[in-house]
Amino acid sequence: MIQIAEQKTPKIVVNNAKSKAVSNSKKEFVFQTKNFDLWYGEHHALKNLNIDIAENEVTAVIGPSGCGKSTYVKALNRMVELVPTVRTTGEINYRGRNIFGTNYEVEELRTKVGMVFQKPNPFPKSIYDNIAYGPRIHGIKNKKILDEIVEKSLQGAAIWDDVKDRLHQNAYSLSGGQQQRICIARCLAIEPDVILMDEPTSALDPISTLKVEELVQELKEQYSIIIVTHNMQQAARISDKTAFFLNGEIVEFDQTDKIFSNPTDRRTEDYISGRFG
Amino acid sequence: MSQSVQSMIAASRNKKSKKIIEKLVPIALFLAAALSVLTTFGIVFTLIFETFEFFTRISITDYIFGTEWLPFSGKEPLYGVLPLILGTFKVTFIAILVAVPFGLGAAIYLSEYASDKTRRIVKPILEILAGVPTIVYGFFALTFITPALQEIIPSLKIFNALSPGIVVGIMILPMIASMSEDAMSSVPNSIREGALGLGSTKFEVAIKVVLPAALSGIVASVVLAVSRAIGETMIVSLAGGSTPTFEFGFTDSIQTMTAYIVQVSTGDAGYGTTIYYSIYAVGFTLFIFTLAMNLLAQYISKRFREEY
Repeated sequence: MIQIAEQKTPKIVVNNAKSKAVSNSKKEFVFQTKNFDLWYGEHHALKNLNIDIAENEVTAVIGPSGCGKSTYVKALNRMVELVPTVRTTGEINYRGRNIFGTNYEVEELRTKVGMVFQKPNPFPKSIYDNIAYGPRIHGIKNKKILDEIVEKSLQGAAIWDDVKDRLHQNAYSLSGGQQQRICIARCLAIEPDVILMDEPTSALDPISTLKVEELVQELKEQYSIIIVTHNMQQAARISDKTAFFLNGEIVEFDQTDKIFSNPTDRRTEDYISGRFG
Repeated sequence: MSQSVQSMIAASRNKKSKKIIEKLVPIALFLAAALSVLTTFGIVFTLIFETFEFFTRISITDYIFGTEWLPFSGKEPLYGVLPLILGTFKVTFIAILVAVPFGLGAAIYLSEYASDKTRRIVKPILEILAGVPTIVYGFFALTFITPALQEIIPSLKIFNALSPGIVVGIMILPMIASMSEDAMSSVPNSIREGALGLGSTKFEVAIKVVLPAALSGIVASVVLAVSRAIGETMIVSLAGGSTPTFEFGFTDSIQTMTAYIVQVSTGDAGYGTTIYYSIYAVGFTLFIFTLAMNLLAQYISKRFREEY
């Protein structure tokens, strides 16, 4: 079965360190958040977060609008720093190193922790150049290697067959769902360790959403995925663990099955049963 | 209220004056628009008409390919336009060398690096620079830039191509900076975030993502600025000199097409003389260059507009 699945969508070869971990039943943590607080100016957006995220799993982050779920995920690759008034205390450790530490280079972090955004945001370039952008800026110039990376990444994002005959067309000629998969492929092209997804299907139609969800399932074998979603069915369908955020705090973090069938906290139950949010 | 609102509305709607105004307004507005179009046609028509008269006296090939422009030599005046075109191109070339790197640099800084506050202060100041009268620039070139350059290049003549070229460059710089900044600012932030999310540095985002995405606007701004440099008159009249030569140096006195027109217009060439008609021929030549530049700018901004 596995072999058939692999034939259908060939995977990108990733660093061996990780494939070893896959075969190992004991999973390591990619992100360990300790006593993390974040402010936007005066607004206390994240309050004393403590959460450990394991590798090769899909971790869903749910919660009502304004609860801080997107902020948290953007803190994981420090995209949150684009807001000039942002201030943080505490630690987020990526594979044991505090990413907010003084000498942690943000560019290095972002090559390890890729991101897929809410709205598809391909560059106004050809499909090929979109995928090759990341490898190119990180010094890969060889045309043959780039060709290979582009093909593998597009196959990894299950869009190779759609676009292989028009790699040199502008990425904006594609549909929204296809654009989002181009963005996923662009992210895969630099072979990150973690992929952050910030409501990746909120701008897509149901069929495109389904395709992205299937893709997430396939990708988790080689990547650790953290996905923000406001769609609880989606969280239940695709994630292994779920964190429920409310007013900047983590109310509950557990196996997705448990969160949706037997939540410990009353507020979690209220939220997933649709009493608020 | 004795009347219903609807009946008052009906009464107002039936007023004759309102209907007449509604009919007249589009006509008045059309006339306003037509005025500028008609003026353009009028200018072009005059230019063509007088230019045609010029070419009944001077052969068109002598004009286009002649390398000597000596209209005032009494015995045998020569009307080869190439020295004037070369003078214009020399100034434009130096202006581009000054304006494109500094203008683009300013645009990238304002769009990608400057804080909102800095941008709000710097951009209007830059645009003031565009509003300085060109006669002031001309004096600036003649009385400040030229002497300063002579300290560095002793062989530089008092009238030369270099000094007005630099000052024309300074004059068109705000145009390039401001229009390019508009083009770059209109690139959506989501695209910058996409590039930053792949580990790009700020500079890589600016050069490899934002700049190409805004390229059509940037190129259009440069082409329009070049068109202005070609048509620039006061700076080159004051600081460029009035010696049309077909030599490629930048240190000697030159004459541009515009400066020649000024020289003849302010002198005492009689109506109906060949010299009189020559300014129309030169003016028409100038018009063709600037028209071509403007059409090119339009074509570029349409053809290469990035969809995002």
